[in-house]
Amino acid sequence: MNDRIHPFANLLAAVARGVTGVQVQWAGCEPDEKQRIYFANHTSHLDFVVLWSGLPPDLRAHTRPVAAQDYWESSALRRYVVMNVFNAVLVQRGVMAQAKSPEEARYAGRALIEQMAAALGDQYSLILFPEGTRGNGEKVGSFRAGLYHLALRRPDVELVPAYLENMNRILPKGEVLPVPMLSLLTFGKPLQVEPGEEKEMFLERAREAVSSLRRIGSA
Amino acid sequence: MLPAIHDAKLAWLYGGVLFLLVVSTLIGRWLKRRRKSEASRATIENVNARIRAWWKMCAIFAAAILLGRVGSLILFGLISFLALREYMTLVPTRRGDHRTLFWSFFVIMPLQYFLIGIQWYGFFAIMIPVLAFVFVPTSIAIAGDTAHFLERAAKIQFGIMVCAYCLSHAPALLLLKIPGYEGQDARLLLYLVIVDQMSDVLQFVWGKLIGRNKIAWRVSPNKTWEGFFGGVLSATALGAALWWATPFTPLQSAGMSFTICILGFCGGLVMSAIKRDIGIKDFGRVIEGHGGILDRIDSLCFAAPIFFHLVRYYFVP
Repeated sequence: MNDRIHPFANLLAAVARGVTGVQVQWAGCEPDEKQRIYFANHTSHLDFVVLWSGLPPDLRAHTRPVAAQDYWESSALRRYVVMNVFNAVLVQRGVMAQAKSPEEARYAGRALIEQMAAALGDQYSLILFPEGTRGNGEKVGSFRAGLYHLALRRPDVELVPAYLENMNRILPKGEVLPVPMLSLLTFGKPLQVEPGEEKEMFLERAREAVSSLRRIGSA
Repeated sequence: MLPAIHDAKLAWLYGGVLFLLVVSTLIGRWLKRRRKSEASRATIENVNARIRAWWKMCAIFAAAILLGRVGSLILFGLISFLALREYMTLVPTRRGDHRTLFWSFFVIMPLQYFLIGIQWYGFFAIMIPVLAFVFVPTSIAIAGDTAHFLERAAKIQFGIMVCAYCLSHAPALLLLKIPGYEGQDARLLLYLVIVDQMSDVLQFVWGKLIGRNKIAWRVSPNKTWEGFFGGVLSATALGAALWWATPFTPLQSAGMSFTICILGFCGGLVMSAIKRDIGIKDFGRVIEGHGGILDRIDSLCFAAPIFFHLVRYYFVP
């Protein structure tokens, strides 16, 4: 791991910005050096590049996307892009569902949280899509529990909600060619797990925080 | 390399535009200093923002025209692209429209400008109204989603018509072979843009100064009869006074300018109606004080094709 941004990353970020014409709004907080978890709605493969490119350049070097291992390790090119270019944290999806016993599931879940906590280290920020999969853009799906557990594991890290507008129209699931519509990226007000807050309540509150940043109505 | 650079009359047009920019900048400064109420402050700020943006737009436009036909085509192709992008972003489309939209942006629109580039008038004139008209609904139908089918096909076709087809008639003026006017067609394009945009500006100015009676307040609260008459008449007079730069007589030039102004007004009104329907004020925020690209060129989209065909019908044998 190093702090220098891979030249391809800047190139891809520039292309993503060009294709999506993304405008960035810091509605609930300002760009900051402190460690953060940016969590956003997920509708397109371009999401993490656009979110990453929407951060000021000096923050990008310390911000790593969290990506699904099964998808990004399926070809050499994908693996290179996600690991070498973007310094991503690859996580296994659905480990808990695949587990044979409750203990095994708990163990796998804890390992996942530890992996992300370690990836944060003492200087990195993460980009996370807690829906776990791409939606169709109509509404933000329910969040996986990882965000909650990670927030408890690392209470020192700020949780910043973000909403990516129109990405499902630019490059929807199942398409390879993008349509250059305009996108809008809005960062909201940071939130944290309240003392004694239940997992489901927090996850729903976090989902609502993302969803409320939406500006343009659905199709 | 720069075919237009030896054209003295073109230099006079440029000089005139520069003069207007300087004068309006000075007026803007003066207004800012003598402003009285808080309410007028916002208006004056907006006027000054618009003037700043005009400097940039004029500089880009002047440079593109100096580069000749290729420069004009690239500039207008880019404007079309950005306008279509603003339009499609705000007009609701569905997942099933994705490939049709891709074709619109990356095949249909560039092809339209390419056809002007190779001077193939017959194809240029029918490509979007005929071929794209058949292609768009077919391609949506193949995608298989029939919900709101007619609406979606119509919205996409309208977008390509306005942003690509209509607008492309402005640089297509450079195709016309007007006897006795060879190699001077850059001025005709400049004439269209000056009259059209000055009509917008003058309608705005007259409206702000003496505007009282709204024309269609539901559609566009800022359009008044006073602004309309003042703007159209003064822009027509300006256009008539520019006859020396065109193949027209002063009277013909007045008629052409009048037509451009009226159509420009229609374009602005129609695009305002679309914006009200979607529930937005502007199509974008790219140009300081003006809104989006499409907000700036809506009048040109309606004026350009009619002006093109008028000139072609009466002045090209």
